[in-house]
Amino acid sequence: MTALDFNTVLPEVMLAIYAMAALMFGVYTSKDKVAPLLTWVTAGVFAVLALWIGAGGEGAREAFGGLFVDDPFARFAKVVILLSAAAVLVMSQDYMERRGILRFEYPVLVALSVVGMMVMVSSGDLITLYMGLELQSLALYVIASIRRDSVKSTEAGLKYFVLGALSSGLLLYGASLTYGYAGTTQFAGILSTLQGEVPVGLLFGLVFMLSGLAFKVSAAPFHMWTPDVYEGAPTPVTAFFATAPKVAAMGLFARLIHDAFGAIPGDWGQVIAALAVLSMFLGAIAAIGQRDIKRLMAYSSIAHMGYALVGLAAGTVAGVQATLIYMAIYVTMNVGTFAFILSMERDGKPVTSIDSLNMFSKKEPMKALAMLVLLFSLAGVPPMVGFFGKFYVLKAAVDAHMTWLAIAGAVASVIGAFYYLRIVFFMYFGKDADTVESRMVPVQWALFVASAAIMLVGIVNLFGIEASAALAAETLVR
Amino acid sequence: MATIILFAPLIGALICGFGWRFIGEKAGQVIATSLVFLAALLSWIIFLGHDGETQQIVLMRWIESGSLSTEWAIRLDRLTAIMLVVVNSVSALVHLYSFGYMAHDDNWGHHEHYKARFFAYLSFFTFAMLMLVTSDNLVQMFFGWEGVGVASYLLIGFYYKKPSANAAAIKAFVVNRVGDFGFALGIFALFYLTDSIRFDDVFAAAPTLAETNLSFLWTEWNAANLIGVLLFIGAMGKSAQLILHTWLPDAMEGPTPVSALIHAATMVTAGVFLVCRMSPVYEYAPQATAFITVLGATTAFFAATVGLVQNDIKRVIAYSTCSQLGYMFVAAGVGVYSVAMFHLFTHAFFKAMLFLGAGSVIHAMHHEQDMRNYGGLRKKIPYTFWAMMIGTLAITGVGIPLTHFGFAGFLSKDAVIESAYAGTAGGYAFWMLVIAALFTSFYSWRLIFMTFYGKERGDHHTHEHAHESPKVMLVPLGVLAIGAVFSGMIWYNVFFGKEEAVRAWFGMEPAAAHASAEAGDHAAVTAAAEGHAADTAAAAEGTEASADTATDTAAATEGHAEAVAHAAPKGAIFMHPENTVLHDAHYVPKWVKLSPFVAMLIGLFTAWMFYIKNPELPKRLAEQQRPLYLFLLNKWYFDEIYDFLFVRPAKWLGGFLWKRGDGKVIDGSINGVAMGIVPYLTRLAGRAQSGYLFHYAFAMVLGIAALVTWMTLFGGAH
Repeated sequence: MTALDFNTVLPEVMLAIYAMAALMFGVYTSKDKVAPLLTWVTAGVFAVLALWIGAGGEGAREAFGGLFVDDPFARFAKVVILLSAAAVLVMSQDYMERRGILRFEYPVLVALSVVGMMVMVSSGDLITLYMGLELQSLALYVIASIRRDSVKSTEAGLKYFVLGALSSGLLLYGASLTYGYAGTTQFAGILSTLQGEVPVGLLFGLVFMLSGLAFKVSAAPFHMWTPDVYEGAPTPVTAFFATAPKVAAMGLFARLIHDAFGAIPGDWGQVIAALAVLSMFLGAIAAIGQRDIKRLMAYSSIAHMGYALVGLAAGTVAGVQATLIYMAIYVTMNVGTFAFILSMERDGKPVTSIDSLNMFSKKEPMKALAMLVLLFSLAGVPPMVGFFGKFYVLKAAVDAHMTWLAIAGAVASVIGAFYYLRIVFFMYFGKDADTVESRMVPVQWALFVASAAIMLVGIVNLFGIEASAALAAETLVR
Repeated sequence: MATIILFAPLIGALICGFGWRFIGEKAGQVIATSLVFLAALLSWIIFLGHDGETQQIVLMRWIESGSLSTEWAIRLDRLTAIMLVVVNSVSALVHLYSFGYMAHDDNWGHHEHYKARFFAYLSFFTFAMLMLVTSDNLVQMFFGWEGVGVASYLLIGFYYKKPSANAAAIKAFVVNRVGDFGFALGIFALFYLTDSIRFDDVFAAAPTLAETNLSFLWTEWNAANLIGVLLFIGAMGKSAQLILHTWLPDAMEGPTPVSALIHAATMVTAGVFLVCRMSPVYEYAPQATAFITVLGATTAFFAATVGLVQNDIKRVIAYSTCSQLGYMFVAAGVGVYSVAMFHLFTHAFFKAMLFLGAGSVIHAMHHEQDMRNYGGLRKKIPYTFWAMMIGTLAITGVGIPLTHFGFAGFLSKDAVIESAYAGTAGGYAFWMLVIAALFTSFYSWRLIFMTFYGKERGDHHTHEHAHESPKVMLVPLGVLAIGAVFSGMIWYNVFFGKEEAVRAWFGMEPAAAHASAEAGDHAAVTAAAEGHAADTAAAAEGTEASADTATDTAAATEGHAEAVAHAAPKGAIFMHPENTVLHDAHYVPKWVKLSPFVAMLIGLFTAWMFYIKNPELPKRLAEQQRPLYLFLLNKWYFDEIYDFLFVRPAKWLGGFLWKRGDGKVIDGSINGVAMGIVPYLTRLAGRAQSGYLFHYAFAMVLGIAALVTWMTLFGGAH
């Protein structure tokens, strides 16, 4: 019995053990000098685990009496998390090393947060949910302020920590309310109590928990930390924040509403739809005023989370499938975009101002073109994959009789297209100015170009993720 | 074989159009031309060996949508065979001719490549035209119809650097759109009523259509008549009939080979072809055919009057084309489709030749097109002169009266005029056509006299350098000349001369009854003899019985009658048993048969008086009758009226919608949102992002408060 349980959580356990071993190795050898090696090894471990999880395992299994669930949904989310974390690690190694901020703790902390994320998407119980969430968040607080000597970085870490604590409080409060009214912390148990008249207390618990999770996916109005933290944290950290944790939080979101509250889609559907509309519009409108590409990407990710939430708000299999596809596309686009942002520098110093991209196409036509493809995809311009991500979520909303939500999404995407296109405008038609350098190591270049290529080639069949996303969605929505 | 004919020009167009960069311009031209020649050769084989039976060659399943189901098939019958010969022969000769004509073009610089493009367009046009004439259903025909429209557009605007060429191309396209709209409506109506677009189904349903009423626009119409008129509107656009004719003279902006191929011999006759093809429907649409007759006659007259005073050599021939198309429509309108096709057939030869001859003159005169600057050219360009002479003899209808011996135009035009007399009992159409024949003779001889006789006028430098065209341009003229001389005499009997031969040639059922039909109640006798169609049977009963009753009657008398009643009529064209115009046309009075010849002589004499005997006469006449002269010179002011009625209001509306509708309202409101509201919200969001931790926490608390409130009010049990 116990052996079977441990067998189910084996990837998480192994990653946790690896993280501790790596920590020991770093401490007892030459500390930061082994950091590049550790980064690559960690990325390798992520990749191997992703392969293992992705290839192996069929059907759904439970461990520790329902605390932990291993099903296609969890596996889909884990593969995306692991791969994106690996990509961010390898592309940030050169950047951090050259600026002297590549500490050996960095890959270890990333590994630990990834363990947290994997637990999150696999949780079958409020306790597991909270444990995974906190493991992830604590690691992220530290990573955000990894540049201890920088005021901005520490400020970012502190803000994130305080607000994160607040959101954790909200989540815990909601969890305890839920427990109080449902009498159990297990998702399946909560679901079974949702019959007939649903007590208002339970709904309050749901709202509080959703708010806590909304903070993690940075959905408006719980998004305020995002721009500051994205700007303040070192760029590789920002890249990490924008990818894996978002997938994990969105996965947890989907798991909570369907596994625990699947019987009352009408109630959480309204809440999520409201969050989605606010996020889409806020992300689109507020980003227009930004001159810093990292802050801009913060608002961009707020808007994108809004679209992912549209899929969840639909409350259908197609909706969850659309959200999963959207998240996979979103992560791919962001890896490519941040690979480029990491490469932006002038005289060896990182540059993040949008103006510095003026006439970039003259200097580096290939990179400008790839960036154009990525930005078009982010904006949702039709031939690119990004359009299909949006199309699926909006279609799910229409099919679930939430046409108004789809219309709002379309309108917001028109507004949002402005700031992506403005970057393209600067790159191709801007005025001659002191144009930024773009220095890329091969791995960054490879990720950047591959991501852009996927945006074009992916339209053929989206690399088959549709089918696995559909399978994942079917196991989740019953 | 038909498949090869159909696709050879397409392959030629593709190779020449896209491949010339790899194989060279010359090779592209040669390939395109030889493929069309192959198609022409095969067409003649089919034409001469065809037995009149309708064949269908299915190429592929094409459309499956609801009840709309159709194949892409080649319909091979006499009509198609005739058109195949006309289209491919003229196209092949024009391809050949273009080698010489397009060799040096002043409109293009030294390093610009235009020849391969020209040949590719020509071949593409040929393919589209073949699609049109081989179609087995209306949509396929519409495809070809639009294809030739596109090719025509491209070729009229071939000199795209000239604003006038672009304007002419656009005009042709837009005017044709008007016609195509009618054509499309006709197809919709047919599909609506018969639930099919296949010719066989439509033809089989034609008798029923005649008894159906259709509500369209403000009132009820007889379905057959309405459909007939709608389809004819399409034909009017393509064939430049009055009201929609204005594009054809302007289309002369295209290179002259194009005018010969598209705007004389083939595309513009598509409308006549359409009417003949749809003859089973038109036979049940008396009002529609009456309309066609009147409009065709008016066009023949109108275009001939305008042709009298034009000075541009190509425009004269263009108006002559317009006028001759009117003749064809009259023939089709009075119900002798074979004669319409006859004139189409002979006209293709002599009109293509006139155009190519005019091209040769223009080529010789360094692209001078004004006849006032010609004169005395017969010595300089003798071959061209003789070709033009033969063409003129053909178009004016020279022959020996009351025999079947004469140039092609003599036989076909006289057949049209005799049919018009028989079909309208010597009415409007007949007189219009006779007068038009007089004018035709006048302006054709005027062209010859002004160009080839008299003193040299205009720039004498040009005259000194006038030279005969190369062989490659003269050979097509020679070939066409053979057609212009003999095509009428050879095929007279099967198109018009002997009714039995005509019926056999077009694959129709023999009309055994016509001899006795003369005696009196021909309808009844015809029905008794044939008994093959429901309506015939109804006529036999002498009552206005419904089709069903009639079918029963027929079934009682003849075993196979029921099956026939629901099938399409046999043959390429269909003539209602009551339609005896073809028969009657042979028995018109002698003076009617002589009238076109006399008209021709008068025209010839007048032209001789005006331009050889006394060249001052036309000038004086023009001064005397100034208003009339200006009226004709300005083409009855059609362009000016259209400009006032349609062009300017359309431009005004466009300008209004653009400046006010789009600029002020749409752009205004979007700009208002984009430049007013959104930036305001952006500033607001920026202010909220203050950087203070407590503001952020406050926002979160506000958010959760709002959500909880929402949930309390609307969630759960509510």
